[in-house]
Amino acid sequence: METDRVIEKLKENFDKEIIEVVKKSERRATVSVNPDSILKIAEYLYKSAGLRFIIASALHTKRGFEINYHFSMDASGLVLNIHVILDKENPRIESLSNMFNASNWIEREMHELFGIDFLNHPNQEKLISEGNWAEGVYPYRKEFK
Amino acid sequence: MSKKTLIPIGPYHPLQEEPELFKLYCDGEIVKDIKWETGYNHRGIEKLSESKTYDQVFFLVERICGICSTSHPFAFANAVEEIAGIEITDRTKYIRSIIGELERIHSHLLWVGLAGHFLGYNTVFMWAWKYREPVLDLFEMITGNRNSYAMFRVGGVRRDIEDGKISLIRKIMGDVKSKTDLLTGAVMDDPVIHSRTKGVGILTKQDVIDYGAVGPTARASGLAIDIRKDDPYAAYPLVNWKVITAQGGDVFSKAEVRLLEIYESISIIEQCLDRLEKVKGQDVNVKVREIPEGSGTGRAEAPRGEVFHFVVSDGSNSPVRHKIRAPSYVNIATFKKSCIGQTISDATLSLAAVDPCYCCTERMAAAYDLNSGERIMNANELINISVRKTNELKKNII
Amino acid sequence: MGFKDYCFKKSLWVFHFGGASCNNCDIEILDCLTPRHDLERFGILLVGSIRHADVLLVNGSINRRDKERLIEIYNQAPRPILVVAIGACGCTGGIFADSMTFAGPVDKIIPVDAYIPGCPPKPEAIIAGIVKLVSK
Repeated sequence: METDRVIEKLKENFDKEIIEVVKKSERRATVSVNPDSILKIAEYLYKSAGLRFIIASALHTKRGFEINYHFSMDASGLVLNIHVILDKENPRIESLSNMFNASNWIEREMHELFGIDFLNHPNQEKLISEGNWAEGVYPYRKEFK
Repeated sequence: MSKKTLIPIGPYHPLQEEPELFKLYCDGEIVKDIKWETGYNHRGIEKLSESKTYDQVFFLVERICGICSTSHPFAFANAVEEIAGIEITDRTKYIRSIIGELERIHSHLLWVGLAGHFLGYNTVFMWAWKYREPVLDLFEMITGNRNSYAMFRVGGVRRDIEDGKISLIRKIMGDVKSKTDLLTGAVMDDPVIHSRTKGVGILTKQDVIDYGAVGPTARASGLAIDIRKDDPYAAYPLVNWKVITAQGGDVFSKAEVRLLEIYESISIIEQCLDRLEKVKGQDVNVKVREIPEGSGTGRAEAPRGEVFHFVVSDGSNSPVRHKIRAPSYVNIATFKKSCIGQTISDATLSLAAVDPCYCCTERMAAAYDLNSGERIMNANELINISVRKTNELKKNII
Repeated sequence: MGFKDYCFKKSLWVFHFGGASCNNCDIEILDCLTPRHDLERFGILLVGSIRHADVLLVNGSINRRDKERLIEIYNQAPRPILVVAIGACGCTGGIFADSMTFAGPVDKIIPVDAYIPGCPPKPEAIIAGIVKLVSK
């Protein structure tokens, strides 16, 4: 099946970087990877496998800052989530926006709401607040005891 | 040395027409750069969602956008039903699809009206909105409200469509079809509209792929993506219909795609109504006990493109994280490609063709001089300039 | 009759300010001008500048960025001006009242003369509200 084929090819090319693969159904799968490899994996998915970048969603949990990059394979309806966990104290990861424009705004928004630093982003300015909330305050972060 | 075009603005305070969504930086007549300012519509919905129960979130997401009012609950319902592994009944699928397609019809007619307004064809505006009214009456009859229908719940719909209403729905669909023929004829065959919209605001297929654009914006550039076909949900795999594409990538192609989609929607609704009569007596709700821990992805095809909802649950009553991506988020970014290099009068039209939510289009743009940074035109003046160009063209053609 | 009554005797020119809204109310307001309800036959026009307006329609839950604009616009409005808060969001904040970006319902920012509740209020309700306000 398409999904299995895509996951197999991903494992072939990036075996060392993949931490876990969870296949929920024929059209939904999540692959957890090492954050340092995100640029190579995204490049493979976008250029070689022809997937479309939908959006990225960030979540603050006890393990740190988790980001899910959602890619879509339109031919088969597969949504492939690439999942990374970033460090609690200093969350940073390479930006994908030099490769395609689709991730430009969402990375700015995640920077503004969660405080995640996207390295080499073309212009990491504020997108939605423009000085409405104080510097260094990241509204979507949670308090964990 | 650039020529500064200054149009007297009158006793306006520069701050007055803000918040602007788009600032067009112009050198003479040509748009050289665009800056997009946002945040005026930021309501913190993703955060609010975490404090509401699953059933309450439907009322919240419905009000993200008034025009795509069904698509967000649709995608959210798909996401939550995926987490909990709920199978909905056939009758539910048909009812959900009928509501979704009715919404597509009213949204496309609304857009046709607005495009007419920007071109200076106010009659098209008035007619399109007048023929939209019967569709809103249908909504009121089925759901109780003209907008914000609150029809969805986890596992089903809140109201059934009784047999007695079906014949009225069919009759109104027949009316809408004949009126759409009228509008299509008026818009598609007019030489002035051809010259105003063909070759304007072109987006190539490569641009569309680079920006990840979706919906009619992408389909007008030849990319055949439609969530109803790619990742089927509700009744779409059960009825016959086709994905409409066009090759030009310009404003004309976008208008063509939207007008032709209205006919497909009418066909889908008629097929669903036929099937409804076959599944009489089926329940429209499935009993839901609780939403287990996990995450789910829900997608739906709104009139503007793909709506994406990602829900993370921890077994409690409310979502832990609810990520919402509306189609305009990716589509609006394409203005960098379609508007730069155009004249000011065409830029407004190119922006409108992307079809951001109406509110965004109303307070849409202001023009600034590239070198001095001085504001030279506000939104109404931009529309006037577009109308003037149409009148000039009319004189030459007719 | 007083100066105020004289001003509002005939056709009203309306300026619409949308805050952070979902656009439902905006569309219902525009619907009032379309052929089914057709307020234009009474001379009621939507104008592009607050300086020309008799009535200021405000809808949407106001967030912090809009608050400054709203105050600015209210200050520029020529007197007498009638302010109408439309929709649940305009009256009380609606479903967005507990949001982190909410900056107070309209009547905490500028004085309001009439409230038209509903989500969204039907065009008939908007017309009834304006008529009631003017014939007061």
